[in-house]
Amino acid sequence: MEKRVRFKSSWLPWVLIAPQMAIVLVFFFWPAGQALYQSVLTQDPFGGSTEFVGAENFQRLFADETYLASFKTTAVFSLLVAVCGLGISLLLAVMANRVMLGSGIYKTLLIWPYAVAPVVAGVLWLFMFASPMGVIAFWLRAVGIEWNHLLNSNHAMTLIVVAAVWKQISYNFLFFLAGLQSIPKSLIEAAAIDGASPWRRFWTIVFPLLSPTAFFLLVINVVYAFFDTFGIVDATTQGGPGKDTSILVYKVYYDGFKALDMGGSAAQSVVLMAIVVTLTVIQFRFVEKKVQY
Amino acid sequence: MASITLNKLVKRYGNGKTVNQVIHSVSAQIDDGEFVVVVGPSGCGKSTLLRMVAGLEEITGGEISIGNRVVNTLEPSERDIAMVFQNYALYPHMNVFDNMAYGLKIAKVPLVEIQARVDKAAKILELGEYMQRKPRELSGGQRQRVAMGRAIVRQPQAFLFDEPLSNLDAKLRAHTRLEIQKLHRELGITSLFVTHDQVEAMTLAQRMMVMNAGVMEQFGTPEEVYSRPATTFVASFIGSPPMNLLKNAPDARPGTIVGIRPEHLDITATGWALRVDALEMLGFERLVYGRWLHGAGNELVIVRSDETQPVPGLDTIIHVTPRADRLHTFDAATGKRL
Repeated sequence: MEKRVRFKSSWLPWVLIAPQMAIVLVFFFWPAGQALYQSVLTQDPFGGSTEFVGAENFQRLFADETYLASFKTTAVFSLLVAVCGLGISLLLAVMANRVMLGSGIYKTLLIWPYAVAPVVAGVLWLFMFASPMGVIAFWLRAVGIEWNHLLNSNHAMTLIVVAAVWKQISYNFLFFLAGLQSIPKSLIEAAAIDGASPWRRFWTIVFPLLSPTAFFLLVINVVYAFFDTFGIVDATTQGGPGKDTSILVYKVYYDGFKALDMGGSAAQSVVLMAIVVTLTVIQFRFVEKKVQY
Repeated sequence: MASITLNKLVKRYGNGKTVNQVIHSVSAQIDDGEFVVVVGPSGCGKSTLLRMVAGLEEITGGEISIGNRVVNTLEPSERDIAMVFQNYALYPHMNVFDNMAYGLKIAKVPLVEIQARVDKAAKILELGEYMQRKPRELSGGQRQRVAMGRAIVRQPQAFLFDEPLSNLDAKLRAHTRLEIQKLHRELGITSLFVTHDQVEAMTLAQRMMVMNAGVMEQFGTPEEVYSRPATTFVASFIGSPPMNLLKNAPDARPGTIVGIRPEHLDITATGWALRVDALEMLGFERLVYGRWLHGAGNELVIVRSDETQPVPGLDTIIHVTPRADRLHTFDAATGKRL
């Protein structure tokens, strides 16, 4: 059965999508084009002269050890954010799904962090972890851990992961909760009659039925860790100590606006763009075809 | 194989002021191998009753025993029952084989035996060629059979059916009714079957339990329920068109209600005088709706006539005679049979 609307006029559909297209053009295609263009140029730090250099920016980039290190940092960071974020929010969603009394309040409270801007989230956690006065740093010292994210790169990484996960949990939680609520109760009851323990019910019935949601969230979380955590990094560690929390998106900013290497920065943007395109393609291909039951 | 005993079963939701009692002290004994249908209008507590037997609802009061074992505090899995749900509750990510084998795998039945049991059930239910399909690739009737198969392979003490036919179309429902009857003859497993459909109840039940507003109104064979309804509710719920319950019949004693089924009223030369109000011609059967000529209230009397009888004209006066042995008398205050 044909479910799509068919337009008789040839220009009306174009008019209807024009506002959306205008936004995408101005805020995506134009800057993306600029980045592509810049990535094949080299510019002197004061913007005085520009020279066409072809692929030299990219060659330089991939020969640069700090850039490859930044890849590794980003991989570790996004993996931690995705795994911790999904794990914790799944746990919270499963618990929220069982709550009867006051579930509205519980859910609302869990959704709040999503309304907090990344920079604010970063600052919030920075204060709590700030040595020696921050409340968490204080507790940690009480149990014998000398917290210092300015010197210890593992501490710094932990700090940005915690802040990034905290902010993203709300989003994951909402999707997991919706996913859990769409599983018919009778399935769980049937499994209970079939003799499955709650633990087994979760892993053999609930979790497989949540897998499309989980995969969708995995991609979303990786994209989030790659791109939307700039504010958190900038507000807390600024990529330090050294370059140990300098994730790719932070390095783009740093090399472009602090080190004033516009060409190199643009080349990094192009690489990031390629990554996000790949992730999106995976998302569409897999979510719609493979992770189905 | 086991009998099921319900002893003064009570279910209440909420507490304090908002208490809502949905089952009022139901007691019944379901014999080993018997097929019992629980029937009643929606909201009468029949599904709750079944879910209490299954262990999916807590028991507020009273006792349930399956095979002489009190199961009040046992988990559903420990009660050794199998249930067929209204929406079938098939696991959507598993194929037909895995759906049926799930419970056996959990019970750690050897793989060879799982295979044998599932194959046998598939043969009985004619599901052989669908074993590798997912539930979404099956028709409603096939899904229903898979749900039955999942119950059969467990070889439980009792089957519990929660309106398993209500999602099927009329033709398939009639067919599946016969299948379930046949299955019960072959397996002989104690079955408790919940439905709101009186035809399902009458055709499937060896004994039926008629429920209304959480109260068991009658428990007996379909024949008993039809010919000797215990209350006015049962009288009006079983049978289509329903029994005439007449407060103003010419020879009624005060404080009583006279019950007579439309098929037990004959159009005769003399007798109760009625003015014909409406006619429904249903082929072989004809329903004549009449009102008392003696002007007592607005009471409607339904007479079932057939094509061998002349058609009475609208607004004409007819006389009907009830068959004396088919008259029922109920107490007007309590609704109970006298």
